Amino acid sequence: MIEALRLLGFGEGGWAAALLLAAVVTLILSVLGFALGVVFGGVAATWRLGRSRILQFLANGYGTVFRGVPDLLTIYLMYYGGSVALTAVGHGFGWQGFIGLPTFATGVLALGVISGAYQAEVFRGAYLAIESGQSDAARALGLTRWASLRLVIIPQLLRHALPGIGNVWQLILKDSALISVIGLVELMRQAQIGAGSTREPFVFYIAAAMLYLAIASFTGIAFRHAEKQASRGTQEA
Amino acid sequence: MIDIAFLSEILPKLLSGVPLTLQLAMTSILLGFMLALLLALAQQRKSPVVLLPIRGFVALFRGTPLLVQIFLIYYGLGQFRPGLQAVGLWGLFREPYWCAILALTLNTAAYGSEILRGAFQSVPRGVVEAARASGMSPFLTWRLVVLPIAFRQAIPAYGNEIILMVKGTSLASIVTLMEVTGIAHGLISQTYRAIEVFVCAGAIYLILNFVIIRALAGLEYWLSPHLRRAP
Repeated sequence: MIEALRLLGFGEGGWAAALLLAAVVTLILSVLGFALGVVFGGVAATWRLGRSRILQFLANGYGTVFRGVPDLLTIYLMYYGGSVALTAVGHGFGWQGFIGLPTFATGVLALGVISGAYQAEVFRGAYLAIESGQSDAARALGLTRWASLRLVIIPQLLRHALPGIGNVWQLILKDSALISVIGLVELMRQAQIGAGSTREPFVFYIAAAMLYLAIASFTGIAFRHAEKQASRGTQEA
Repeated sequence: MIDIAFLSEILPKLLSGVPLTLQLAMTSILLGFMLALLLALAQQRKSPVVLLPIRGFVALFRGTPLLVQIFLIYYGLGQFRPGLQAVGLWGLFREPYWCAILALTLNTAAYGSEILRGAFQSVPRGVVEAARASGMSPFLTWRLVVLPIAFRQAIPAYGNEIILMVKGTSLASIVTLMEVTGIAHGLISQTYRAIEVFVCAGAIYLILNFVIIRALAGLEYWLSPHLRRAP
């Protein structure tokens, strides 16, 4: 027990600083992946709600594939597929060697693609939950298309979407542990490194689990607070 | 760009991983469902002695990545080898297969128990009272009234959980089990043809998921006679 405390402390031979730093990497990785997912999800939701059959088909396919295929497989696709593509581009410019994709960028991209597929569903559902009279009323008040989107549609969209978005965030935070398989030193990888070099795997994986739990709880509280903010002025059912 | 000869070469290799994927998924979903049911039922009693440990278990397994759970069980418990050998459980925890099953089972039980708890709560009080008033024993009420209604409510959410579990079995490849994703990773790192392998392996998972969704839709139909048209 005392040995475990020493391993997880800040002193000599303690891993606390390394683990906390890795937890920050996990947090940044997840936030960026999630933010990229908002963009992908927003575009896919717009396509699905739009009139073009081709765009609807593409957005449907995107959602079905990346929600149905294991996230690990998607990560391998991005990492190896991306490296091969980059090497091909390099050859075009006369570079002979193999170019590996930077792991952090790959991680963000993979998490973005995965979370976008889930967020598209959330955004689409939230948009459909807004009564159609709302945009008519905005138009009747003389608001331009952009103003009605910004002042009427998006605030309501956010209110409906926030609970679903919060779930996707939790999913992506946990998925970020999978990025360790391509070698990025985030929390999971750092725990593996610590476990390997001290031969105390139990201590390190418990510590990692606690840090994930802490991030998930704090951000969960933040999301509940945001939900309350977004739905002020409405009555609870 | 997509090369049919290469696809027909890798497809049989990937398909050879399907039995292991299915085994992992079915075992952990079945065991996890039973554990989830027990946990959900135990929470019907509002005593904190029962409630607190279950809430802790659920929070732990829902708030941490599945990969951490697998590593914690496979590598972490290996540290307690003498103790596990003493109680005769070492044979189980030495095998990545059983460690993966245990991690997947506990994980799905945590999610499943929340789904079932919600489903039990949604059974209208009046229905239970009506069953009791017409002379059914508490057990009979539970078996013939509460359970079918709760299961019916739970099917859509539990279906999502089952799909997540099928996808979750892919993590078993990280502890050396060669199921579909493990084989796919091997093929990608040998051939560097990530897109073709992804298309093939992805199609296998999509077909599995499609079959599961159809089967659950059938089950929901069977449990919803009141929504069907009269014959």
